[in-house]
Amino acid sequence: MSAADTRRGWLKGAAAAAAGLWLTGCNKVNDNPRVQAALQSAEGLTRRAHRLLISRKALAQEFTEADIARDFRANGSISPSDDAYRALLETGFKDYRLVVDGLVDKPLSLTLAEVRALTSRTQITRHDCVEGWSSIGKWKGARLGPLLDLAGLKDTARYIVFHCADSLEMTLDGSGQYYESIDLIDAYHPQTILAYEMNGKVLPVAHGAPLRLRVERQLGYKHAKYVMRIEAVSDFAQIGRGKGGYWEDRGYEWYAGI
Amino acid sequence: MSEPPPMKVLVYRHAAVTRITHWINVVALTLLLMSGLQIFNAHPALYWGQTSTFAEPWVSMTAVEKGGDMIGVTQIGSLRIETTGLLGYSGKPGMREPRGFPAWATAPGYRSLADGRHWHFFFAWLFVLNGLVYLSANILNGHILRDLLPTRDQLAPRQLWREVTDHARLRFAKGEEARGYNALQKLSYGGIVLIVLPLMVLTGLTMSPAVDAGQPWLPAVFGGRQSARTIHFLCAGLIVAFVLVHLAMVLLSGVWNNLRSMITGRYAIEVEGGVR
Repeated sequence: MSAADTRRGWLKGAAAAAAGLWLTGCNKVNDNPRVQAALQSAEGLTRRAHRLLISRKALAQEFTEADIARDFRANGSISPSDDAYRALLETGFKDYRLVVDGLVDKPLSLTLAEVRALTSRTQITRHDCVEGWSSIGKWKGARLGPLLDLAGLKDTARYIVFHCADSLEMTLDGSGQYYESIDLIDAYHPQTILAYEMNGKVLPVAHGAPLRLRVERQLGYKHAKYVMRIEAVSDFAQIGRGKGGYWEDRGYEWYAGI
Repeated sequence: MSEPPPMKVLVYRHAAVTRITHWINVVALTLLLMSGLQIFNAHPALYWGQTSTFAEPWVSMTAVEKGGDMIGVTQIGSLRIETTGLLGYSGKPGMREPRGFPAWATAPGYRSLADGRHWHFFFAWLFVLNGLVYLSANILNGHILRDLLPTRDQLAPRQLWREVTDHARLRFAKGEEARGYNALQKLSYGGIVLIVLPLMVLTGLTMSPAVDAGQPWLPAVFGGRQSARTIHFLCAGLIVAFVLVHLAMVLLSGVWNNLRSMITGRYAIEVEGGVR
């Protein structure tokens, strides 16, 4: 080995060591709980700024039939393997019941036909995934606000939790079950619907059959698929790992307006 | 009588608000870039318009198999470049993985969209508030109008060409000329501060579904959310290019003098005959 080779080897080693230190250093800073708490303070700031500056009734842009994407992507669960869900699917959701309970005056248990008979809304909207992509689709579904009024929310209700049929992660304690939550501002927003149709057809399994939440001013992971039960709660600390949703429990923001 | 030798005088070049906001910006932009690349890695492809045309992105970074090995491929339009180790497929030998940008360029280093978003939005707030302080102070004190907008004389083609050739020969302004910014400095600083950085904020906001509901003119102006994402990415590239040139100029035109001026505000210029 020549001196130049040795020097080159040494330089390469030093560069690799520096890169290693840089990465470990950066990752250590990232993993520090106090750093994480400071970083996540931005979420509250964003949510408050949005609630202050954007009208609570402002509608997400709606598009025309011509804008509908032919390649609308489905991700997360696209074919749940949970036994209870498979059983419902095999019988065409004949035995499906949408349960509405929690802090309500009159708990409900509705068949799909009953859900379809509720006040509906059709909208062609843009679906924005947290990963960065967007697809436009047409959705028809029951408006959530009137449905909640049917059950009668108690004064103590502050959030609406959506319990889903799919386990995105197989766990022993059931914490891999998908769920989501929204506040009452979004719950009563006119575009917030429980969609049972997509692009003029029955909602496909990949997109959340039989019912999927559309909460148009937030990112895709808030749009819970395979909705089985809607629960009105005063807080969600006791549900899942306490952060208000499957992805929230895994580090994502509860407020997903950005 | 012979001419007196040139004399060094310190001129007060940068106001405190400029110096403080400059260094906050260094930190904020560095972390915004690195966390931005982390977020980009969640879907390393770019599109034009409102939606993603998944089959034909105009830019993408992917890992594909070639002769039993994985390679990184970067595609821009109809151009396909092998970028193994840097874009599309990177990591330590034996531990390579499909990823848009390599670990050393992202925050955090490992793949975590959730953490990348936390870093990005925290520093986005810091960057916006810092930018508002900079802009309001420097509009009020006249710095932007006085020092950052080129004069009519400076924009004359002959003058601009002279500056380009001077820069290419690394001949920097001396004496009275060095008291103010030349046209190229004004165009690049002004362009970044008044055009590119605000564009960065606006295209960033356009990617927010909530902001789009409240301000539908935003996606309309940029031609859709995916176009806004593309412009956001391109502007980030412009900022990186600006910083590289800026750092090179700082190094070549007197690193200590430049650093001092951005820390204490004082910049040394040589004045013929000691006229103050």
